[in-house]
Amino acid sequence: MATRSAAPAVTEAAGAVAEPAIAESIRVAAPELGARHELRAAGIVWRRELIRFRTDRLRAVTSLVQPFLFLFILGTGLSSLARAGMPSGFDFKTFIYPGVLAMSVLFTAIFSAGSIVWDREFGFLREMLVAPVSRASIVVGKCLGGATIATFQGLIFLVLAGFAHVPYNPVLLLTLAGELLLLAFTLTAFGVMMAARITQFQAFMALTQMLVMPLFFMSGALYPLSGLPHWLTVLTRLDPLTYVVGPMRQAVFSHLNLPPGVIERLAPGLTWAGWPVPQWLLLGIVAAMGLSLMGVAIIQFRRTE
Amino acid sequence: MARLDLMTSTSTGASTAGSNAVAEAPVITVAGLTKRYGDIEAVRGIDLGVRRGETFGFLGPNGAGKTTTIKILCTLAMATSGTATVAGFDTATQRDQVRRTIGLVFQDTTLDNYLTAEQNLRFHAELYGVPKAAVPARMRQVLDMVGLWDRKDSLVSTYSGGMQRRLEISRGLLHAPHVLFLDEPTIGLDPQTRSSIWAYINDLKQREDITIFLTTHYMDEAENCDRIAIIDHGRIVAMDTPAALKASVGKDRVQIHTADDQAAIAALGTVFGIDAAMHEGAVTFSVDAGEQFVPRLFAELSVPIRAVSVSRPSLDDVFMSYTGRTIRDAEASASDAMRMMAARFRGRR
Repeated sequence: MATRSAAPAVTEAAGAVAEPAIAESIRVAAPELGARHELRAAGIVWRRELIRFRTDRLRAVTSLVQPFLFLFILGTGLSSLARAGMPSGFDFKTFIYPGVLAMSVLFTAIFSAGSIVWDREFGFLREMLVAPVSRASIVVGKCLGGATIATFQGLIFLVLAGFAHVPYNPVLLLTLAGELLLLAFTLTAFGVMMAARITQFQAFMALTQMLVMPLFFMSGALYPLSGLPHWLTVLTRLDPLTYVVGPMRQAVFSHLNLPPGVIERLAPGLTWAGWPVPQWLLLGIVAAMGLSLMGVAIIQFRRTE
Repeated sequence: MARLDLMTSTSTGASTAGSNAVAEAPVITVAGLTKRYGDIEAVRGIDLGVRRGETFGFLGPNGAGKTTTIKILCTLAMATSGTATVAGFDTATQRDQVRRTIGLVFQDTTLDNYLTAEQNLRFHAELYGVPKAAVPARMRQVLDMVGLWDRKDSLVSTYSGGMQRRLEISRGLLHAPHVLFLDEPTIGLDPQTRSSIWAYINDLKQREDITIFLTTHYMDEAENCDRIAIIDHGRIVAMDTPAALKASVGKDRVQIHTADDQAAIAALGTVFGIDAAMHEGAVTFSVDAGEQFVPRLFAELSVPIRAVSVSRPSLDDVFMSYTGRTIRDAEASASDAMRMMAARFRGRR
């Protein structure tokens, strides 16, 4: 495979006389441009993300490092300090697990969107933009592709649930996986929207780094949402990550045998000015956010070139 | 003879090409095309028609309006005024149909280096809606055409610059376009690779029923075209076959080495009425059609001839006579050097 690449000039000169292996040209009858064609286009953009993810094992490993550090190093380190606020026998790692799980999709989702900036710098974006397909198909494929690989990343982390004393309950695991997918989609859509505007990869990295950590810290991933100062309460309500971390933590806690009062204190439902917001609405908001971010991204890509 | 049939939504379906007499409507028509970027007029009124099966070259220095015109034809830019059609579709209003019927190879590579050649082609096939059943055979065909079939499973990042360009050409052909646009197909490549790319392009013309529209600023490459338009400052200053263009600027130069040069000069004067003189150690004179003159020369000149050379005016002479300067003078050399550097940098990655 790699042996011939050693002397490319020679292969090129030799290859100049191409053997007519197939005498008759293949008839290619183009189907009408339509919905099925758009679907195929979105499908291949989606599949490219998967292929790239599969071949880039380093990225898969490195993006697990940070959540790993948070759960096992920070989680273990802080557990003695946190023990005072926890019921006896309750591990701090269990408390932060849903938040760290969300974090495990956070980076992958946004960086997979960042590959658009990379593609633009290295020309491949042009191959997509000049194709006879709508920009919407490309953006949808990209968003779903990023969501899929980020969710997959999250699933790897989900396997580690036992180390945080989270039970391997099928219903719980499915719930968490679904919520991860939703989160991953919205984050990718956000990243794609950003990538539509930014032309330099470094700038994209710097900007997303600047946004990712505040998103994580304000989401209540590392602390309960109850008893916070007013300003921080407001900030947590503005952070879309809160709307997924909250339901995920409630899902985890509902599968633990906890003394009464603990859920209310450590995993309180989200409230808007005292009104408890139902979970379906929280997740619905995240989905709506993802769809509208994707819509903005489509509009932005329609304008380019 | 290879032949391809492409049934797009509006084509009549009766285009079983080859055997039937083909309606010779131009594949590309351009009328009164202008493009203005702010105060700068990049294209100032271009009219042309490219016939089916033709290899049409746009020759001119960088910044002459070549790339702008090709961009309009490929629906990547909107004309300020004027119209352009490709394969019967209007580039302004029937964007997707135009895109479906053209293949594009840009100056800068647009491959995904982290995918294999086959994966790159598959991506393209899906984006262009090539019927699934036709993909494997067609993929094999276009890869064979550029001699890359045995490297199809290698990552594109392991390819040399010339191989990448060949892969792009094969990808541009994958969906059996009517027209293949090549924007500076050999820029940034070494001379040997450049000539091999041209070998593939010439081979391709034999195999596919395709019209090729290319831009170049290499004179020697323009020779490969059936017709050339010389473009300068956004206008076409001359358009014809390379031979006709060269014929239009002057006569052929004939140089002969003889046993007796002085006798030969005298004989040329008396027999043919030609005014010959010694240049570069040879008897040198100009005639209208050198190749046709040489047989007569041998037949009728009494002095034995040891060697003969006929040289046509080059396209450099043509460019010079129509624009008043050489193409090298006209080049914005700084921008070219920068682009070459960028291409080289990209090739090295």
